[in-house]
Amino acid sequence: MCVVCGCGDGKTTIEGEAHVHDHDHDLARTHTHADGTTHSHAGGPAGAQHDGPEHHHEHEHDHDHDHDHDHDHDHDHDHGGHGDDHLHSHARAPSGTPQVPGRDAQVMALETAILGKNQLLAERNRGWLAGRKVLALNLMSSPGAGKTTLLERCIGDLKGQVEISVVEGDQATANDADRIRASGAAAVQVNTGSGCHLEADMLGRAMKVLEPPRGSLLVIENVGNLVCPALFDLGENARVVIFSVTEGEDKPLKYPHMFSSADVLLLSKTDLLPHLRVDLARMADNALALNPKLKIFPVSAYTGEGLDAWYGWLRGELAEVAP
Amino acid sequence: MHELGITRSVVSIVGEHAQGRKVLRVTLEVGRLSGLLAESIRFCFDVCAQGTPVQGATLQIVDVEGRGHCSACGAEPELAAPLARCPVCHEPTLRVVAGTELKIKEMETESCV
Repeated sequence: MCVVCGCGDGKTTIEGEAHVHDHDHDLARTHTHADGTTHSHAGGPAGAQHDGPEHHHEHEHDHDHDHDHDHDHDHDHDHGGHGDDHLHSHARAPSGTPQVPGRDAQVMALETAILGKNQLLAERNRGWLAGRKVLALNLMSSPGAGKTTLLERCIGDLKGQVEISVVEGDQATANDADRIRASGAAAVQVNTGSGCHLEADMLGRAMKVLEPPRGSLLVIENVGNLVCPALFDLGENARVVIFSVTEGEDKPLKYPHMFSSADVLLLSKTDLLPHLRVDLARMADNALALNPKLKIFPVSAYTGEGLDAWYGWLRGELAEVAP
Repeated sequence: MHELGITRSVVSIVGEHAQGRKVLRVTLEVGRLSGLLAESIRFCFDVCAQGTPVQGATLQIVDVEGRGHCSACGAEPELAAPLARCPVCHEPTLRVVAGTELKIKEMETESCV
């Protein structure tokens, strides 16, 4: 949240990103000159004339106000953002089909993908990542499936072999990014505020703060949620869903979009299996009914069981992205 | 409730294309396999449209049923979920051919500003 005006409530915040205002702070400015004189200027928009009362500078100094205005005006004109969706404006004759009766109206066939803007930004991220030869994985699961715990384990196990950086998505707190940093990897926390998923724009901003090195692995830990993250392409190379063995065999059928759009399924917490009455084969089969190409790795972040196979897949993907 | 964000995008895209004209009608196409509930979009629409050129516009939602095509047996079953395993021959050869639509089909505005 902005300490000056409190803006940003409920909005996305990205740790480490320069704070950009799209408004003026209409506050009185006080400053001290080199000779020790302190005075204030009347408030007004940036660049306003000094025409306040009694403002006579009778001492010699140059007005070298060192205001470091780091206003990053990122004008994002997405004129090309329609993809295949062209705008056709048809000024129809009054007899035209589905018009609101009794009004002189104009109908436009848009055929615009509602998620088109996100898709465009995702493709931009994809290009950015490919140019840097970075493998990006979008890690998704319900809350508490063990995303962060598994990541901590991976970072420790692959230390010195694979450089890992992490974008942490949560509605609030930097707890997860702190945990990742404590385990030895670079991390940036994205707080989505009221948002229930990460979007391509958020990843784009977070990546620029994080600057993942060439040939490294970037893990995007999405907001814990099996619904919305499935709809938003971030520009990742692959989607990895973590599904803990305590979650019930029919969960893939309850949240089909998440499982049908995934590339890898990590069946986590397998160390708990002796205490559960769960049919692992049925669990896997339900996921495969939605997505037969899904690669399934049963793993335990506590015992390390099954992790080698998962690391093998990771190394293979890394070799493809950064030979 | 990701429908709220989606509906906001709809209002913003339509508002941009309206170029200052009042919007009378917006027609969306929402497939049953799109992951969005038409009812929730309806619920959010009036709230999102408030104070924009879209305020007061009629929202039409064209419902598209989910359908698959099986390359093994040729079946074209109706789908309630994006299945890959054919419910007829049980082969993993089913492809979703309809129902994932999520777009703004059409909008109607007043003719002059």
